Amino acid sequence: MLEWRRRREPSSLMLYASPLIAVLLTMLIGMIVFTAMGYAGFHAVRDIFLTPFLEPQRWPDLGVKAAPLVMIALGLAIGFRANVWNIGAEGQYIMGAIAGTGVALATYDMTGWWILPAMALAGILGGMAWAAIPAFLRVKLQVSEILTSLMLTYVAVQGLYYLVRGPWKDPDGFNFPQTRMFTPDQTLPAMAEGSLIHLGIPLALVIAVIAWLVMEKTTAGYAVKVVGLAPAAARHGGFSADTVTWATLLTGGGLAGLAGLFEAAGPFGQLTPQFPTGYGFTAIIVAFLGRLNPLGIVFGGIVLAATYVGGEIAQTTVKLPQAATGMFQALLLFMLLATDVLVRYRIGWKVRAV
Amino acid sequence: MTSAILVSILMTLVAASTPILLAALGELVVEKSGVLNLGVEGMMLTGAVAGFAVAYSSGSTTLGLVAALAAGVATAMIFAVLTLSLTANQVATGLALTIFGIGASSLIGAGFVGRTITRLGPVFPETLSGHPILRAVFGHDIVVYLSLALVLAVSLFLRRTRPGLILRAVGENDASAHAIGYPVIAIRYGAIAFGGALAGLGGAYFSLALTPMWADRLTAGRGWIALALVVFAAWRPGRLLLGAYLFGAVMTLELQAKAAGVTWLAPELLATAPYLATIAVLTMMSLGRKTGRLDAPACLGKPFSAS
Repeated sequence: MLEWRRRREPSSLMLYASPLIAVLLTMLIGMIVFTAMGYAGFHAVRDIFLTPFLEPQRWPDLGVKAAPLVMIALGLAIGFRANVWNIGAEGQYIMGAIAGTGVALATYDMTGWWILPAMALAGILGGMAWAAIPAFLRVKLQVSEILTSLMLTYVAVQGLYYLVRGPWKDPDGFNFPQTRMFTPDQTLPAMAEGSLIHLGIPLALVIAVIAWLVMEKTTAGYAVKVVGLAPAAARHGGFSADTVTWATLLTGGGLAGLAGLFEAAGPFGQLTPQFPTGYGFTAIIVAFLGRLNPLGIVFGGIVLAATYVGGEIAQTTVKLPQAATGMFQALLLFMLLATDVLVRYRIGWKVRAV
Repeated sequence: MTSAILVSILMTLVAASTPILLAALGELVVEKSGVLNLGVEGMMLTGAVAGFAVAYSSGSTTLGLVAALAAGVATAMIFAVLTLSLTANQVATGLALTIFGIGASSLIGAGFVGRTITRLGPVFPETLSGHPILRAVFGHDIVVYLSLALVLAVSLFLRRTRPGLILRAVGENDASAHAIGYPVIAIRYGAIAFGGALAGLGGAYFSLALTPMWADRLTAGRGWIALALVVFAAWRPGRLLLGAYLFGAVMTLELQAKAAGVTWLAPELLATAPYLATIAVLTMMSLGRKTGRLDAPACLGKPFSAS
């Protein structure tokens, strides 16, 4: 009989190997499930997980999808480390875009280098404000941030619908529910002429490095980890769990808000009802795939970006429905959680006492 | 005339409340056993799509309900294996379950978008429910009566029966329950399966009774509201019934306001009411509490390992 044996210390090999095993298992199970559903399973898996990396013309698209995922996941991971479960990043992302668009619409007739930074600042503050509500309720009243941050996402979505159908509707837009297109001064510049790569992509990398430095090299990062691992010890050591809750939620909200603004001022160029893209939820998977480590999250973001880009490829090559992308992402999260057991346990043969 | 309108409002309210009542009742039992399953929304969605797919293909809403029940249990078992057998984090696994439910229902439902079926009808014949007042009592479908019976049954089970006592003991102190020989893991498997069955049924109520058609993310966050409802009810089935109907009233607000010709408030803003009400209710519950926590089971959300 096989049995689980608890390791004396968590395996550092498995800590890094388990995400790889999870990805491989996802590919294998995905192949079986989609073949059983009548699709060309092998081709689907190849197109979703490999083709985006093998075709250089897909790389800019990978970057465009990965940047918001990485930015949002960084903020979430810092919170998860401290046992703060902000799962309303999607709402904070939308509020960031709404706040930034507010600045864009107010400065519509103006020109100047300062407009885009002002929009970015508004985006950060919008996301922070939305995250401040669960932070306040959790710190002051012990209300679960899980439920409040999630409920606020639904409120943000409705708020967006209201604005684009009502007060912010483009007056010259033939009654379509969308805002005006942003002007060049309100749009993220491309990093190279005619390329998709915008400022958000290098910035996401810079933020990841900063987050890594803060988490690994500063007292603040240490405080976050101690509060998460041993709340009692943290109190004893003089680290305030309330401060950590505020700091992690505001950081997460601010980063999600900035990601939202970058989407609005980048790929979208306006606000439309299609703006809630689900990045806030997919970023949860990115955070876990990156083992809540800022540098790991960069790789996690690229893998999940591949599922979007590859999902589109598989739609045309093997007629896999768009919804299959979501299934692959969910499978990956299950496999991550399942393989996590290998860090703490090893498989051994049960020895019968004779 | 007036009584007919009142009864009609009441019928809408009961219908809107029934899915969250079912899902919350299942989650209440799960949480009483010491497990926090945040995947209610995901289990509701797999139940909703399985119920619709089977009802559409077979033409039988009864078969649809059975399929939804089975789909809810099957989805819940993924959670059970990960958290109970592989000791994965319950919060993370619950989130994963919801992401899975959204993905799976959207994939399976892709072929059913826009299709319609015959709505789940009332149990009793028209002759019994002809009069408005009688309609309020006899005009509901089978799931409504089932949900009410289940509230009573769960309440009696938890308070008056020995298995119910054991289930609560496992939730309050798993180590002691294990020490005196109760199979903690097996009991929690059972509770999670029950929670999955009711969530699946609740989800199917959306696709078979409320809106007899398939649309992506049909449940619109009601699974999360069910989770909040358990907190509101302080883990008591009777209060759960009251809470569900209160939420049902808030949820029908949008419809009632539209019917009453309210135009000064945008429909999108009215649609935020259930979510804002949830936050308000959770806040009020916290304000009202005297001690450190509510009557939450002591082992809620903590992993258990026998070795």
